[in-house]
Amino acid sequence: MHIAEGYLPWEHAAAWGVASAPFVVHGARALTREVRNRPENTLLLGASGAFSFVLSALKIPSVTGSCSHPTGTGLGAILFRPPIMAVLGTITLLFQALLLAHGGLTTLGANVFSMAIVGPWAGYGAYRLARSLLDRRGGTMPLDVAVFAGAFVADLSTYCVTSVQLALAFPDPDSGFPGALAKFGGIFSLTQIPLAISEGLLTVLVVRLLRQSSRGDLIRLGVLTDARPVREEEKSK
Amino acid sequence: MKRSTKINLLIVLAVVLLAALPVVFGMGDHKDEPFAGADTQAETAITENDPDYEPWFSPLYEPPSGEIESGLFALQAALGAGVVGYMFGVKRTRRKLAPEASDTPDEPGPGPDPAAAAEGPVSVPGR
Repeated sequence: MHIAEGYLPWEHAAAWGVASAPFVVHGARALTREVRNRPENTLLLGASGAFSFVLSALKIPSVTGSCSHPTGTGLGAILFRPPIMAVLGTITLLFQALLLAHGGLTTLGANVFSMAIVGPWAGYGAYRLARSLLDRRGGTMPLDVAVFAGAFVADLSTYCVTSVQLALAFPDPDSGFPGALAKFGGIFSLTQIPLAISEGLLTVLVVRLLRQSSRGDLIRLGVLTDARPVREEEKSK
Repeated sequence: MKRSTKINLLIVLAVVLLAALPVVFGMGDHKDEPFAGADTQAETAITENDPDYEPWFSPLYEPPSGEIESGLFALQAALGAGVVGYMFGVKRTRRKLAPEASDTPDEPGPGPDPAAAAEGPVSVPGR
């Protein structure tokens, strides 16, 4: 999903930058508010950003015979809501643009829009939808399925947006935008399907481990609803 | 092994298989460059669609070799994994030290009584 440095016409690069900026500013506000008002969540917040760091550094082979990487933005979107991921995703993208020549500063706006804005929001939407459909069943299954759906959609939608961005900037000489969309979609979105499944599974794994080790946190974040009343002293932990 | 641990291990196994099978089955064999990055392929596709396009900006810093680049990627993954691992370590320890944090359903109970553990299932002949 990294559009390489200089590989978007400057008008497109500027437009995506303008589109992304308000989300990142709003996210930065949400992040500082979160850290100030709920310092007990800072560790989990850092881990959500770190999860995105790990996953976006892994290049995984796919069935199309090429490699791509997951995004890791679904977890933070589910735990802390999408605005915060706009900032954490941007930090990851900046690191890769500055140190790894992966993505770039001129294409940062477009890459932020796909990975740190659309991905988290689409994933969060899928997660909420799955929960509203499944929560009546009770047990732990609905949460796992919803987390999987959220992470899967966050990952795949990111790459669909990248395909659209490139098709808009570089329409096919013969078939125009649709032809280019099919071409870039084949490169990005098809390759991404097994990776999105992997990312969904890994995110479920992290949430399952969190359910064992930090149940109180998940209840406080509204991810878990506790059937049993939580004791006051546990809330303060 | 607890059921939840089994499920977690199955999840890890599935992820490993999803990544390994394309390589094992040689799904990159039909390509000139098997398992190249999708980002690089996109650059090639851009050049196909618009042969006159010249990138108008180049990265401020580029890793001078593939080795250094993969090293920096490893560093990125290590940083992230370190923080995630640290968080789990802290949470686990806090829960273990918390006096009444037995609100998890799958919490292992108190360890077996050493006296009871000494009396294993001994098969007594002649019973």
